[in-house]
Amino acid sequence: MKKVFVAATAICVALSAPLMVSANDTIKFGVAGAHSGDLASYGLPSVNAAKLVIDKVNANGGINGKQIELLVEDDVCKPEVATNTATKLVSDGVDVVLGHICSGATKAALPIYKDAGVLVMSPSATNPALTQSGDYPNFARTIAPDDAQAQVDVEFALNTLGYTKIAIVHDKGDYGKGFAEFAKKFLEESGKAEVVLFEGVTPGAVDYSAVVQKVKRSGAEAVMFGGYHPEASKIISMMRKKRLKADFISDDGVKDNTFIKVAGKNSEGAYASGPKDTTSNPLSIQAVKEHKEAFGSDPGAFFENAYSATLAMLNAIEKAGSTDLDALKKALQTEKVDTPVGSIYFDEKGDAIGVGFSVYQVQNGEFVEL
Amino acid sequence: MDYFIELLFSGLSRGAIYALIALGYTMVYGIIGLINFAHGEIYMIGAFTSFIVATVLSIYGFPLLAIVALAGVAAAIWAASYGLTIEKIAYKPLRHAPRLSPLISAIGMSIFLQNYVLLAQTSDFLPFPELIPEFAFMEPVAHIVGSSDLVILVTTAVAMLILTYVIKFTRLGKAMRATAQDRTMAMLVGINVNNIISATFIIGSALAAIGGLLIASHIGQINFYIGFLAGIKAFTAAVLGGIGSIPGAVLGSLILGLTESFATGYVSSDYEDVFAFSLLVLILLFKPSGLLGKAETQKV
Repeated sequence: MKKVFVAATAICVALSAPLMVSANDTIKFGVAGAHSGDLASYGLPSVNAAKLVIDKVNANGGINGKQIELLVEDDVCKPEVATNTATKLVSDGVDVVLGHICSGATKAALPIYKDAGVLVMSPSATNPALTQSGDYPNFARTIAPDDAQAQVDVEFALNTLGYTKIAIVHDKGDYGKGFAEFAKKFLEESGKAEVVLFEGVTPGAVDYSAVVQKVKRSGAEAVMFGGYHPEASKIISMMRKKRLKADFISDDGVKDNTFIKVAGKNSEGAYASGPKDTTSNPLSIQAVKEHKEAFGSDPGAFFENAYSATLAMLNAIEKAGSTDLDALKKALQTEKVDTPVGSIYFDEKGDAIGVGFSVYQVQNGEFVEL
Repeated sequence: MDYFIELLFSGLSRGAIYALIALGYTMVYGIIGLINFAHGEIYMIGAFTSFIVATVLSIYGFPLLAIVALAGVAAAIWAASYGLTIEKIAYKPLRHAPRLSPLISAIGMSIFLQNYVLLAQTSDFLPFPELIPEFAFMEPVAHIVGSSDLVILVTTAVAMLILTYVIKFTRLGKAMRATAQDRTMAMLVGINVNNIISATFIIGSALAAIGGLLIASHIGQINFYIGFLAGIKAFTAAVLGGIGSIPGAVLGSLILGLTESFATGYVSSDYEDVFAFSLLVLILLFKPSGLLGKAETQKV
């Protein structure tokens, strides 16, 4: 029996030895998010962003004399898949992770990274609790949280558009419902407007006409929608088909060109909030140009945020001189870094200081910042 | 009252959508006692085929009516060939296997087809052209029922009548009923059972493809995943009405659509599915064979 035990130990040591060597060879940079499935258009741009930055850094000799290795894993934006994704990345010895893309998936994956002491930075997960609850000290993000976004949308609806009756619809998901609940809270606190309807719809349902009729009956002047673009384009198309003229205000899950493409002329005049337009920032222009040269296409959603997150994490690794979580966090909080979304650093909870939202409107088939 | 009528129509058109898909489920079950879980994907493939054909034809400037007709025919033929192939590959070799095997094979086929379309096409949502133009009805009617709702309702009614006629009064229908009753006996009296089963899959798939075209045009978007939820709901509707019965599938679909619509209208859309599936549980508790289903005596 003892012999077997010794042999097993020997095998284990022999197997793990090469792993330890390779872990010291390179800095392992994980990218996790939706790379297939219906939300792939949100996840793939971050893979491209990481590739662009890392190729450039590697060509210049890497960081602290080490090359950076990219580990890409798909989570299809599903929490149950995300835990597998995270486990896979951790067992591959990942040092830092860019991702995940959807808030629900991020929330599911974070405890696994936390146990492994891995820094995670999301370009797009906007659920407030991810940073504000304090449960995930290993998490940071380069996008402003939903409550900030809901605040922007509510102020816009009340002060700029002057609405007093608003219907809130959401997709029952972590992200959409979270946004909707904050919007409701802010609307009620303002005392200026009444929430005439608050309901969730089933994503993927064949028909939303009953909900649209309900909105119509509620007498709402505007619909605030929390969720992603497939449902949004279905709802707005159904609203227009049923001759419902109420305005449509939504979040950055909808501020995607696919929304305009799918909803077509029905999307005209719809509002959606999204990260502040940074296209005039020289670093952003440079990043978009790199993307066009490397991939021959325009970058998609959250590309700048992902590019910035990659820069911020690599900068932190360089300044900290290691990939130890505490050292990285300290570097993130103290070292300002110039990125496509502006010059940013991070607060104690992990939210980037220096990024924000603004409201866009669909005008003549494209989103125009207001 | 206005509101009630609006919800009634929205429920009916939703029910008709389910019915177009549910007919295929119920036919296949009626003949070979198999739940074809890949049926939702056949519907999705029909929608994709009509999308591609319609896009190509509109580039060449065909008139709308020709586009709809050709896209419909192409979708029906293409989806029927998929249905036939699925039957040959995934179900026929398992015809004498335990009941669970073809069921699992069907689920595998469903997942395979989803991923196949995902890889062959795209994961993105695509804008589906408005093949049924929205007619401007007079104002009190306009917000109650649109032209695409009407077309879907009428198509479902016509499909149900034709199917009922085919099954009750034609040679093919007689052979189908015989096969459904007792496959071995039907074979002994000279019915080519394999051909009958193939015919069932062809008809069911073609119907689902037409449904795909109409529904995609109604909703205005498609992607590889649309078959899943639509399939589950249509299957539920078929069970509700009594699986195996054609009028039952339509009745079950309409009841399911109305339940969802009224639940949304008078309670909350949060509980839409809760009401729909509670109804299913209730009916199965009190009439396990479904509303119009015949109670079968188990062959021992």
